[in-house]
Amino acid sequence: MIVTEDLTKVFKIGKKGKEEIVAVESLHLSVKEGEVFGFLGPNGAGKTTTVRMLTGLIAPTRGRASVNGLELGKENRAIRKCVGILTESPGMYERLSAEKNLSIFASLYDVEDVPGQVRKFLQMLGLWGRRQDPVGSFSKGMRQKLAIARALLHDPKVLFMDEPTSGLDPEAAKMVRDFIESLKARGRTIFICTHNLDEADRLCDRIGIIKQRLIAVDTPAALRQRLYGRKVVFHLRELNSKWVKVVSALPFVKEARAISERLVVSLENPDRDNPEIVRCLVKVGADIQFVGELRHSLEEIYLETLRDIEDER
Amino acid sequence: MMIKHIRTIIDKEWAEVFKNRMVLFTIIFMPMIFTILPLVMLYVMGEAVGDMSGGTADVPQAFLAACGGLSGMECLQIYMVNEFLILFMLIPVIIPVTIAAYSIVGEKTTHTLEPLLATPISTVELLAGKSLAAAIPAILVSWLAFGIFLLALPLIGVSRGVRAYIGGPIWLLGVLVAGPLMAVASVNFALYISSRVNDPRVAEQISMVIMVPILGLLFAQLAGLIVISVAVMLIIILLLALIDVGMIYLGVRIFQRETILTRWK
Repeated sequence: MIVTEDLTKVFKIGKKGKEEIVAVESLHLSVKEGEVFGFLGPNGAGKTTTVRMLTGLIAPTRGRASVNGLELGKENRAIRKCVGILTESPGMYERLSAEKNLSIFASLYDVEDVPGQVRKFLQMLGLWGRRQDPVGSFSKGMRQKLAIARALLHDPKVLFMDEPTSGLDPEAAKMVRDFIESLKARGRTIFICTHNLDEADRLCDRIGIIKQRLIAVDTPAALRQRLYGRKVVFHLRELNSKWVKVVSALPFVKEARAISERLVVSLENPDRDNPEIVRCLVKVGADIQFVGELRHSLEEIYLETLRDIEDER
Repeated sequence: MMIKHIRTIIDKEWAEVFKNRMVLFTIIFMPMIFTILPLVMLYVMGEAVGDMSGGTADVPQAFLAACGGLSGMECLQIYMVNEFLILFMLIPVIIPVTIAAYSIVGEKTTHTLEPLLATPISTVELLAGKSLAAAIPAILVSWLAFGIFLLALPLIGVSRGVRAYIGGPIWLLGVLVAGPLMAVASVNFALYISSRVNDPRVAEQISMVIMVPILGLLFAQLAGLIVISVAVMLIIILLLALIDVGMIYLGVRIFQRETILTRWK
């Protein structure tokens, strides 16, 4: 659905445009149809620039990309027709009503049944009762809902969302997340730029971490595996340091460490190896209270990945 | 080019502009003043006819020659009211400048420009919609003001000769043709400025520069350096048409979506 090859954007700055800033460097990416792809990166990493390039708003300096089979640069208008974009700031015409705001964009997207489609989305997002009110009187959450409706009016094949829950209160953020999940369930291809790592973990099939260039891309589970391997925690009534050595000696154990009364074991295949470790621990007299997998948050993965890239530089 | 997209932009601009009472006031107030002032002046001159028998002494010779068979007072009245022709031509310049100057930079500051540019609208459609939305009300208001002015002339006792002159080719060409052409030039200039600056106030200030050549025309006429005849008016119209074509072409060429979206300083 989205394919980029060596996509690069360099901005010329300064009075004579002599200085250059590389916003995005050699981006190679492929997003499948129906996939929810999370694009993570610090401020100024090139996330918004990438979205702007992929929606035909700005031209890449180098490289190629296609969206929904349409080539960027040659078919920008057709691309804009089949993608929806939720910009970071949900700019709306404040003096105009919610209904008028959506009607304008529905007409510009050549929607056939403008009133019908506007009604559908206002009802779907619970704004039908406020349709005649000026958007200036709306809360931030309501504006965000309206901006999402605006991005979806023309039933786009691909939806680009730049920080969809930024600045929203927990209730409004949950509503937006639930709505994205419902879109995901309906098979919509969604490209989300976000700082909210918990949100990305919950919503995204795959994650790309960018800092000018793409640092890592995979499923959240695979990224965890790649960075930390799989770790199992054995909670014991009390921990004898000898047991750590016994477990470490098992051929399939990569590493075993004692952390307070817990034994943390790195394994390739916990499903296969856990019973053997349990048997071994029981044999040496350990009282096992419970066993669980140590799950690193996406935040840890993200920070670790960025730290690695800083070290490399 | 899709007319539907242009219509949508016009509809949006008008919906926004006409919800702003101050802008509405500007649109109505200035033409009202420019209509009432010459009527008051003509009325006062008509009343003071006995005291102004030697009034044509200050009228430039070239203008007196153009008066033909009209009396000295009628010639003086025409000379005086002719200054208002330029002001009538200024109505479709001043009104749309304030609207057009805000239209791009305003969208930029309220963050609506990016979603708008992300739609399949082309640059030509966007600029045409914005230009027409700014120019049409101003042109219509200037025509309406001129119509009211013409209708009020007999009511304040203006002579048939003066009325014939004001309803004649110079004024008609000026208000009906040159005025709209000036509107197109001023709107395109304001749009150009609006797409290059980051502050709506700066856009309005710079855009007002478009009035300088028109005011130059006014002062040249006051100083007797130029007498607006049909031939002069036709030359003005021709020049304006050329300027308009050039400005529309340049406007589309210069409108860089990328620069507008990414350059803020």
